[in-house]
Amino acid sequence: MTDIALNFEHRHSAHCENGVISNLFRYNGLDISEPMAFGIGSGLFFIHIPFIKVNGIPGTSYRIWPGQIFKRASKRLGVEMYSDTFRNPKKAKEALDAALAKGIPVGLVVSVFYLPYLPEVFRFHFNAHNLVVYGKEGNEYLISDPVMEHVTRIHEDDLMRARYAKGTPEPMGKMYYPTVMPKDIDMKKAIVEGIYKTGYDMSHIPIPFFGSKAIRYLASKLKDYPEKVGDRKSILYLGNIIRMQEEIGTGGAGFRFVYAAFLHESGRKLENNWLIDKSKELTKTGDLWRDFAFKAGRVCKNRSADKTSFKDLSDILVECSHQEEKLFFELYSKIKTI
Amino acid sequence: MKKEEVPQDITKLEKGPMNWVNYVTDENGEYTRAISNGWEPENIALEQVWDEVNANVEATRQKVIRGELSPIAYYLEKNLMDIPLLASYVDKWQWQVKRHLKPEVFQSLSEQLVEKYAYVFKISVDELKNNPLLKK
Repeated sequence: MTDIALNFEHRHSAHCENGVISNLFRYNGLDISEPMAFGIGSGLFFIHIPFIKVNGIPGTSYRIWPGQIFKRASKRLGVEMYSDTFRNPKKAKEALDAALAKGIPVGLVVSVFYLPYLPEVFRFHFNAHNLVVYGKEGNEYLISDPVMEHVTRIHEDDLMRARYAKGTPEPMGKMYYPTVMPKDIDMKKAIVEGIYKTGYDMSHIPIPFFGSKAIRYLASKLKDYPEKVGDRKSILYLGNIIRMQEEIGTGGAGFRFVYAAFLHESGRKLENNWLIDKSKELTKTGDLWRDFAFKAGRVCKNRSADKTSFKDLSDILVECSHQEEKLFFELYSKIKTI
Repeated sequence: MKKEEVPQDITKLEKGPMNWVNYVTDENGEYTRAISNGWEPENIALEQVWDEVNANVEATRQKVIRGELSPIAYYLEKNLMDIPLLASYVDKWQWQVKRHLKPEVFQSLSEQLVEKYAYVFKISVDELKNNPLLKK
């Protein structure tokens, strides 16, 4: 096929899914910031399910599972998406090339393990990374990966490996792009719906594994780690909590700052000071999360899991949990009245 | 987090540094973006993971040298895989892959299967069979 380079504006983002939504929608005429995509897509969440282990470490997440932000944001904004997976890798390549030939930048789900342009230390078997392909030159695809500062490129064989990574979830060559953009958007309605859902998720789910309750749940587990799982595992588990909070694309503080930025932008857009106040409150909680990560980092560095330091860390989490529960309960009960 | 507090702690890990977008508040309390090139707690957590990985790789390497495991075991660790994941990459059952970790079984594998393993590990057949790092 002939070389193609679409005129795609790459904007560096904190998180891959939000970044792709924001970049793809902007290309199609809907200018929406990363925090807006995250907030309208109800991306913020907290999950701790100790018996679901990832590489032998209890699962913790600060956000909703991959793909959901996309689904919710496009639904609430009235964007219709094309999305498909392919059993046959050859078909997947043909479909991608055909879309590019038609002048469509394409979103892909890939594994970060097979992206040579990422620094090696971040390449784990994480199969739900998102990026945009906006062209092809010889046997290289032109890539806009939102977590990268600038656009980059990748050899077609590497992209194929990344699109057909095994494990959970398997991307199966998934590709997507917007097909129908809305004519006029009720931004207020989309924002309210997004906040309402997050408010519910964080304060009303009656199971301990989800929402602000789960932060308390994690806190109660954390303080017993030194006694129950021993030194080595305690430190590993704690390290994982920091990694989930600070690693690739959380914008720091486990997405809390991205969400606060969303509340702030919404407040400005809807001329609503209450939302700005809520943004400030969440920023404070975000700072507390950072405080937690900082202290937890020191404990990990010393590699000694003593009971007192784990108890102190657990106390910070309990405080985070209370602050978030109060904040999201309030957002849930009042957002429909603004 | 305030704009002036954005951390710039570059990791000591080789090939590690990267620039991240952070959402921060400016002097008027407005939200804005700033670039961070790393933060210490995150670096510590990441270094800890790689220490663990490298220790496993080295322990497995010694076992391969001593003839207790086949080279597949070494590349399995090196590629951060586990048996279920590797099994799905080579289209085999887990018990089959487990068998292939035995040196004597590895010797008798078909050329085709060895090629498949080499492809998955992104190395040549020769490297898989004769890596000097895995010999005495």
